[in-house]
Amino acid sequence: MSLDTLYREVILDHYSHPRNRGVVEPADAVRDGANPLCGDEIRVSLRVRDGVVEDVRFEGKGCSISQASASMMTERVKGRPVEEARRTIAAFKGMMHAEQAPGADDLGDLEALQGVRKFPVRVKCATLSWITLELALDELSPA
Amino acid sequence: MAIPATIRDDFPILKQRVHGKPLVYLDSANTSQKPRAVIDALVRYYEEYNANIHRGVYAIAERATAEYEAARAKVARFLGAAEPAEVVFTRNITEALNLVAHSWGRRHVGPGDEILTTEMEHHSDLVPWQFLAQERGARLRHIPFDDAGRLVLGDLDRLLTERTKIVSLVHVSNTFGTVNPVAEIARRAHAHGAVVVVDGAQSAPHRPIDVQALGVDFFGFTGHKMLAPMGVGGLWARRAFLEEMEPFLGGGEMISDVWLDHATWNEVPWKFEAGTQNVGDTIALGVAVEYLEALGMDAVAAHEQELTAYALEQLRDVPGLRILGPAGPADRGGVISFAMDGVHPHDIAQVLDEDGVCVRAGHHCTKPLHRRLGIGASVRASFYVYTTREELDVLTRSLLKVRSLFRVA
Repeated sequence: MSLDTLYREVILDHYSHPRNRGVVEPADAVRDGANPLCGDEIRVSLRVRDGVVEDVRFEGKGCSISQASASMMTERVKGRPVEEARRTIAAFKGMMHAEQAPGADDLGDLEALQGVRKFPVRVKCATLSWITLELALDELSPA
Repeated sequence: MAIPATIRDDFPILKQRVHGKPLVYLDSANTSQKPRAVIDALVRYYEEYNANIHRGVYAIAERATAEYEAARAKVARFLGAAEPAEVVFTRNITEALNLVAHSWGRRHVGPGDEILTTEMEHHSDLVPWQFLAQERGARLRHIPFDDAGRLVLGDLDRLLTERTKIVSLVHVSNTFGTVNPVAEIARRAHAHGAVVVVDGAQSAPHRPIDVQALGVDFFGFTGHKMLAPMGVGGLWARRAFLEEMEPFLGGGEMISDVWLDHATWNEVPWKFEAGTQNVGDTIALGVAVEYLEALGMDAVAAHEQELTAYALEQLRDVPGLRILGPAGPADRGGVISFAMDGVHPHDIAQVLDEDGVCVRAGHHCTKPLHRRLGIGASVRASFYVYTTREELDVLTRSLLKVRSLFRVA
């Protein structure tokens, strides 16, 4: 398995230059997530106005996959309606668990994370921030 | 006597290539590889005399029983026990430590008593004592470590009180590699009337052990880290302790007689070996111990210390690497954990894997230790009898590659 499959350029870019790091203040929802296996921790905070994710940020520590995935996630859902964010979360999780054919939903840059699927132990790294975001959204309005 | 260069021929697994590269196995602190002699012993048992022990009157059952008990005698000799009956076989060291906490601890530890461990313990030497402390209303205390990963013993006589019932500590840290001064701590603990339990998971495989010279009361070990198959480990304890302790698990073989409403116990050590035992793996453990004795444990320890000195020196050339634990090879086992600025341990291990290098990335079951260091995880390279300098060179080169891939060069 080539490492290029895993460490795509866009992933390394988000890892070394993470977008939307920090904590939203004031936030409507703050949620912590952790991967006890590897000790990765993440905090996702967000503010919603008129059904739109006005701001979303993450902080925490983790591997390149978890950090890049969180960074790409915030970039993707910031400024988008909550319902669209939920659809993206579902599509992303689907892609990581190979439940749907790649490309069925246009995930754009996020498709760079598809390579993670070939490294099963790393899938949890990629999905940690997404699951945490989903829980944060549930806090605001149960799905 | 040095470890012969041909030793790698004894380990079939080391001949393979992964991702097109020779396998560089640097995760022996996690589990060791197995020599042909051990694998053959296991196959021989299943092909020639698989039978339950202590029951059958037929020939192969008698052979199985004799080989199983011979393994006990070999392990007893290897550890310097006074007699084979002082060795109780368990599934692993976790079970051995739980056995002590359950069978000795529940009998002797009461409300307000204290159990002293250290901040560098493996979870398996923390959680059983937490169970015990919660159940008995006892207090847990911990010996701290310093920046070099060595126990701070200046306050030991304050940490030890008349309430201290148990002192349990790791002999060789699975994360720092530190060799703890167990004999000295045991002497001071005994002066306060405490019993001393030692986690020997990382010491028994790598250095000569004499439990009587160490002056401890309980010593746990696990087979799979010392060339034996997974699934068997054990506990050495002084006979007097084993005699007074209640059984850990109830069932077949551990009894002397059973009525519908009560039972009496078998003799030591069998009263602690309830149910059908892991006969094949235990016999193979006996063979592993003989293999190590043939190499000579002094030679094993010397080989690893030389490799550790070399690795510490080589790794100094990798920029941004923070080595955990003692800086030099003195009183240090063949375990080197490290963190790298700007690159997560999982990413390091992933890149190393592409070069065929197997290392552990994570918290190595020492979360409190990592928390104290302010890091979530680390990478650990660990060595054994079959590890070579060339493999350490591959590790160093691969780490430099990690830095360039993640642009932290």
